[in-house]
Amino acid sequence: MNLKIQHFVIFVTITVFFSCTNTPQRLTGISGVQLPITDSIVGADSIELFVAPYRERVNEVLDSALAFAPKTITKLDGKFNTSAGNLMADIVLSEANPVFNSTSGQNIDFVILNHGGIRSIISKGKVSARTAYEVMPFDNSIVVVAIKGKSVRDLISFLIKADRPHPIAGIQIVLNKNGTLRDVNIKGKPFDENKTYQVATSSYLADGGDNMGFFKDGLKVEDLNYFIRNAMIDYFIKVDTLTAEVDDRFVKIQEK
Amino acid sequence: MKRRDFVTNSFAGGTYISMGGLSLNSCKLQKTTRITILHTNDVHSHIDPFPEGHNSFPNRGGVARRAALVHKIREENPNTLLLDAGDIFQGTPYFNFYGGELEFKLMTMLRYDAATIGNHDFDKGIEGLLAQMPYANFKLLSANYDFTNTVMNGFVKAYETFLLDGIKIGVFGLGIKLHGLVPENLFKETVYQNPIEIAQDMSSVLKNEENCDLVICLSHLGYAYKDNQRPSDLQLAQKTDNIDLIIGGHTHTFLDKPVVRQNRLDKPVLVNQVGCYGINLGRIDFHFDAKKNFQSDGLSISV
Repeated sequence: MNLKIQHFVIFVTITVFFSCTNTPQRLTGISGVQLPITDSIVGADSIELFVAPYRERVNEVLDSALAFAPKTITKLDGKFNTSAGNLMADIVLSEANPVFNSTSGQNIDFVILNHGGIRSIISKGKVSARTAYEVMPFDNSIVVVAIKGKSVRDLISFLIKADRPHPIAGIQIVLNKNGTLRDVNIKGKPFDENKTYQVATSSYLADGGDNMGFFKDGLKVEDLNYFIRNAMIDYFIKVDTLTAEVDDRFVKIQEK
Repeated sequence: MKRRDFVTNSFAGGTYISMGGLSLNSCKLQKTTRITILHTNDVHSHIDPFPEGHNSFPNRGGVARRAALVHKIREENPNTLLLDAGDIFQGTPYFNFYGGELEFKLMTMLRYDAATIGNHDFDKGIEGLLAQMPYANFKLLSANYDFTNTVMNGFVKAYETFLLDGIKIGVFGLGIKLHGLVPENLFKETVYQNPIEIAQDMSSVLKNEENCDLVICLSHLGYAYKDNQRPSDLQLAQKTDNIDLIIGGHTHTFLDKPVVRQNRLDKPVLVNQVGCYGINLGRIDFHFDAKKNFQSDGLSISV
């Protein structure tokens, strides 16, 4: 008898199943919309309460004012060099050189970073450690790679061909009106292809990130174990006013 | 004893009749079901809203607000999935301080169903990602990263299926090429496989073997590139057969509305991406109908 009931149950199940699959549901319409997250939505209390202790700890460390920016610094204000790019590369040069010099006895010749590595503008107003986190959230350290003149030439070609202005410091590149290379000066002296140069960059790029292949042939790599972000914070502490401009470190001659 | 058997038996019979009747009735009702897909991408550890004075996104975003919105939508329609297309990590000090723990805990609280892995999710190394897995009560999906020789082996599935009110939804993940984008010492022996080929296989499995009514790809490939040999969401849509929706990420693309492309079989595929930093929530609704005389070309898309 139990067996019979079992059969019944199976029968019922199958019948129910088939009677519904006879008219399967089909996709008849699709609609799509983007919902902006704005201050018109009241946040969920449970989430606010959960985040609060984490936020307090982070804010305590980050929000004390270190400097003041009289105007906004961005990586989008120049074709060949930008205010934000110049600031970043200049900071790496000034803050990392004493560290490199103390361990190696040598000096950094120039700096190259990547445009994509600048993750935020610096809005005018208060500059804090948080600013440094916004611009450089990555835990990338400053690395000095010794590369031959030949690789420096590859690096320069890379910069000329790049569709974005990668940050540089300590090196000047001048292009002719037609885009060909006119002059390269490193630390104020003409580029010498027979020389080896000490190039400071980020650990990300030294590892071949952003397809900067010229670091592959590096003769010596020294990781300073000094985060770019920490160099920025150290620099912000030193200066009262944070300014940066587009300048002539990478330009194309417009006349003649 | 006999009487008791009889009672039990007739009860079962009665159940059969009433249930049979019920099922017939329910089918005659021409039941309609709405599946709501909510999605984010490239949230990059943005937990708090942007401040009022921010130049690009003043007062936008915030996880608590997103939670409230998701909750409201789920109340209206319980047949909802919440998905993320990768780059959950990196972008605010919350990540530097807590290594992604808070991001995963919050996604769990918001009841995310699945996410795929972006390049920045490797930023504290593959061990760093593993360390946060205890806080992720959602599926991490990637069909084209092979984690076999890494510590993440066993923590990532190629796809997951979800059954919502009789509608079966298959979701799979795709990741971007890591070489040249992520230092090798971070992703270690994670093997990247051709995403278009994998997507073709995966969507076929989900449509034909798992019999999914909907196939969704969570992609961190990027929306589109000048170099059209480079795998992108638009390429993916046009070079595969069985995908209904591609939720993209990586390129931080703000689309005014989802984009429709025809696949290899000339069927429509939706591609969507909602910028970055949690300032938007994407919403796609799929309407299912049980009309008997359904015409296959009667699909209406309003975006």
